[in-house]
Amino acid sequence: MQHKSKMAGADGDDSLYPIAVLIDELRNEDVQLRLNSIKKLSTIALALGVERTRTELLPFLTDTIYDEDEVLLALAEQLGNFTMLVGGPEYVHCLLPPLESLATVEETVVRDKAVESLRKISQEHSPVDLEVHFEPLVKRLASGDWFTSRTSACGLFSVCYPRVSSTVKAEIRQHFRTLCSDDTPMVRRAAASKLGEFAKVLELDYVKSDIISLFTALASDEQDSVRLLAVEACVSIATLLPQEDLETLVMPTLRQAAEDKSWRVRYMVADKFSELQKAVGPEITKNDLVPAFQNLLKDCEAEVRAAAANKVKEFCENLPEDSRETIIMTHILPCVKELVSDTNQHVKSALASVIMGLSTILGKDNTVEHLLPLFLAQLKDECPEVRLNIISNLDCVNEVIGIRQLSQSLLPAIVELAEDAKWRVRLAIIEYMPLLAGQLGVEFFDEKLNTLCMAWLIDHVYAIREAATCNLMKLVEKFGAEWAQNTIVPKVLGMANDPNYLHRMTTLFCINALSEVCGQDITTKQMLPVVLKMSNDQVANVRFNVAKSLQKIGPVLDSNALQTEVKPVLEKLDTDTDMDVKYFAQEAISGKYTTLSIFFLYEVASLGPLHLVILIHFSP
Amino acid sequence: MLFNLPVFIHLYERLNSRNDGRCRTSNPIHYVFQTDQSPSSLEPNRASRRAMSSAATTPPSVDKVDGFSRKSVRKAKQKRSQSSSQFRSQGKPIELTPLPLLKDVPAPEQPELFLKKLQQCCTVFDFMDTLSDLKMKEYKRSTLNELVDYVTVSRGYLTEQAYPEVVKMVSYNIFRTLPPSDSNEFDPEEDEPTLEASWPHLQLVYEFFIRFLESQEFQPSIAKKYIDQKFVLQLLELFDSEDPRERDYLKTVLHRIYGKFLGLRAFIRKQINNIFLRFVYETEHFNGVAELLEILGSIINGFALPLKAEHKQFLVKVLIPLHTVRSLSLFHAQLAYCIVQFLEKDPALTEPVIRGLLKFWPKTCSQKEVMYLGELEEILDVIEPTQFVKIQEPLFKQISRCVSSPHFQVAERALYYWNNEYIMSLIEENSSVILPIMFASLYRISKEHWNPAIVALVYNVLKAFMEMNSTLFDELTATYKSDRQREKKKEKEREELWKKLGDLELKRGLRSDGIIPT
Repeated sequence: MQHKSKMAGADGDDSLYPIAVLIDELRNEDVQLRLNSIKKLSTIALALGVERTRTELLPFLTDTIYDEDEVLLALAEQLGNFTMLVGGPEYVHCLLPPLESLATVEETVVRDKAVESLRKISQEHSPVDLEVHFEPLVKRLASGDWFTSRTSACGLFSVCYPRVSSTVKAEIRQHFRTLCSDDTPMVRRAAASKLGEFAKVLELDYVKSDIISLFTALASDEQDSVRLLAVEACVSIATLLPQEDLETLVMPTLRQAAEDKSWRVRYMVADKFSELQKAVGPEITKNDLVPAFQNLLKDCEAEVRAAAANKVKEFCENLPEDSRETIIMTHILPCVKELVSDTNQHVKSALASVIMGLSTILGKDNTVEHLLPLFLAQLKDECPEVRLNIISNLDCVNEVIGIRQLSQSLLPAIVELAEDAKWRVRLAIIEYMPLLAGQLGVEFFDEKLNTLCMAWLIDHVYAIREAATCNLMKLVEKFGAEWAQNTIVPKVLGMANDPNYLHRMTTLFCINALSEVCGQDITTKQMLPVVLKMSNDQVANVRFNVAKSLQKIGPVLDSNALQTEVKPVLEKLDTDTDMDVKYFAQEAISGKYTTLSIFFLYEVASLGPLHLVILIHFSP
Repeated sequence: MLFNLPVFIHLYERLNSRNDGRCRTSNPIHYVFQTDQSPSSLEPNRASRRAMSSAATTPPSVDKVDGFSRKSVRKAKQKRSQSSSQFRSQGKPIELTPLPLLKDVPAPEQPELFLKKLQQCCTVFDFMDTLSDLKMKEYKRSTLNELVDYVTVSRGYLTEQAYPEVVKMVSYNIFRTLPPSDSNEFDPEEDEPTLEASWPHLQLVYEFFIRFLESQEFQPSIAKKYIDQKFVLQLLELFDSEDPRERDYLKTVLHRIYGKFLGLRAFIRKQINNIFLRFVYETEHFNGVAELLEILGSIINGFALPLKAEHKQFLVKVLIPLHTVRSLSLFHAQLAYCIVQFLEKDPALTEPVIRGLLKFWPKTCSQKEVMYLGELEEILDVIEPTQFVKIQEPLFKQISRCVSSPHFQVAERALYYWNNEYIMSLIEENSSVILPIMFASLYRISKEHWNPAIVALVYNVLKAFMEMNSTLFDELTATYKSDRQREKKKEKEREELWKKLGDLELKRGLRSDGIIPT
């Protein structure tokens, strides 16, 4: 081979590189280098030209690569995009041998990728090639010894079925049937997960004769991991069948799944409920799915109840309009009421994330009478996540009854969340502040919530202070610069004199965030003097943040202020004793754009000097 | 003999010694087998045990001011318990008619009464409701206790009609869909397991079943009609139980079944295969892996030679990939034991095993790397010199990487190999191959490693090499610099090659209207 490639190396720039050199790269001892080479396999193929790619590179890849899964994964992915590099659709079948061996690998991600690539290139086969090259490969995989090749085969039937002759079609159906009753559960799972997809490409008669029996068998498999996959297939199958066949062909199995002894199967039914509902249509929904849904909402396992609770709104929305309100009021709402006081917090919080959506469906009067008490109960729930989910969906209720109805209960809930011991909870409520502010209006906000927003600025967790800063910016966007000038700017600037340097830095971060929305006037007249004054701070962290702030607010200032006020200060900072201060002063002077994330990296990387600074600050 | 029981007992003792203080009426395994086998040949898993104990003694991290760590939240409710769905939603109180004690009726009537008691014990109670049916729960408990004693001491009770009733009673009680784990990310190393609420009854049912299987009157030829593949399949599913007490009993039960029902052996092995494959490639979650491996350890020990292809496939395609799982530390001791068992049976398997480990060598998890190194040392302890020669090159390339790991525990664990006399002798015999592989790393670390203890260990290793083969050592020292330069040059050439290829790609890409797939 080496000899040949040396010869080939001479015929002009099409084959500049002897394949041996390139193959050496693919064989490099270092996995990382090997991986890099594989990722550039297209480049190598390009260097070789289409013919030698077909005759030399692909055989090499098929025969000699036994490698780490990561390399194989990259290879499987590359080969899916190789059609042009082997000479177009005419030659695409050359890619099958390496992909076939990749499709038998143990590692699931590699196999899945190989199947994905095979599916992709199957479309580039001509009908003849499909029967001559592709379909035999599928058959070989389907009758492989080790389970991996059979699982891979499951994903390939549906892509070739529509484009082959009826004899081959019959064979494919037979292979699929065999795999559905394979004796390893892994293969049955693979077959079950592709059942719906395969049904879609089959002729309706075969769906009725073949697929239904396979579906029924898989849905009563001894392993729950197989049964639950049949639920997914149920959706596609039900969509394919005419309404009159559903009752006899699908419903017995679906009813059985909804009452399966394994909670995993029931969970799957709950999780797919909206899809199932659409697939079986309004009549079956009314007669069968409503009671089934009630049972799922009352299931003994919290997992199942939570999954069902998540679907409450969607289920109600999709109910047939003529009976929607009655069904909700008489069948669903009683269950929902019970779930509000469920023992499991995941169930309650799942419900809280959708329950507000019911108000649009039920209208104003029902909402006030039936839903409002539930909202209020959930707003007082002991679990913060439940309260948060209610608050985060306030907009739905706002449209129907207005938020005022809730504000009395809302306020204590917000205040409590704002002071929650867990910072993630505090963070979440901050994120809803702009939304709440918009719905509650500026007066209510000033009166009740403004103090909270300012208190977050001095939270002991940085993430909260950061979010609080961002929150202020959004509030100003909502309420305008004048509001900012009267309510928040004075407070923010006041913190510049705080004894705690972290609070002083917060002033700077706020200024960074606010300068643009507040506009040139406020920035120049009120903020800039404070920033400049802080350049004399005794803590280096504050000083270099002054440099960064100046850079940030620079674009908002006019050139006069920049020249006469900013520049001298930066020049002074440039001669600072601290190396970090100098660095950022220079950055600001040279006008390089630094993002906050770079600052972070820098802060971590230069722990040395910062550490010292902090020590100095805290020592008595 | 297909089955080496003493090994199993030894393992069992080792495991049990960790579970002291757990109350159980008796140890079912000791009850049957008395053995004088000395365990010295089976000193398993030194290194892994070391690794495990060091993991166990790491100080708990200090709770943060925010009190947000998962641990502190969990600790508050340590004794969580739960029960399967089947026990709930039985609204009505349960009534059982008390029956006389077995010992109080004449012997001929006992089998009949025994059956009645078995039927009564098919009733299951809701243990999540601690107040319901208290009297009946107590009655069932005492009946079960009586049955346990009865099967242990009585003779002639095991009529043919009793078999289906026993299996039925056991099935009704133990087979159930395991409830969902309380937390989504249950971490068996950190979190307290959820305990089975119905344990007061369940334990006695298991105890009874084991006594039944071990009873002298027990006849597998009759029982096999009832203890069939379906039964075993359900039994295996229970190994996923979060409750370690239950898994412990299951282990004994399955072991007895494997021992007594020859017709089920291949099936059991295959199903364990499937559980492991699913665990490795699909879910990464199964609580009973360690227990199943423990049983397999004794099964492997009983394999006849030469090994069947099926068994070799199991080693290469199932046991080796088990090393890739995230929670390896939970069952690594048992896994390494199985691997070494295989190699002791058939040394020719050494090469595929070591190549397999090298293929799956952890890239980012230092803790796992230390476990791999421990297992490798166990393998090297039993390796044959002819096998060693076959894998020494790839093996020492990896060891050389470990030795230069910036994580000192990894480097230290690898350097400990040089304290192992047998490994030292193998290295010495092959120093002309190994020294050139190791030299560059050792030389560099002796100058650069941040940890002084590592540097000291490396000096010892270098010294040992110097004594082994001083000519080669001097040669390598002399050429160290030029070798490095050659490497750099090669690296540069690579870069240039790729640059040219890149240019070419650009050129062609433009020329032929973007045929390069993106």
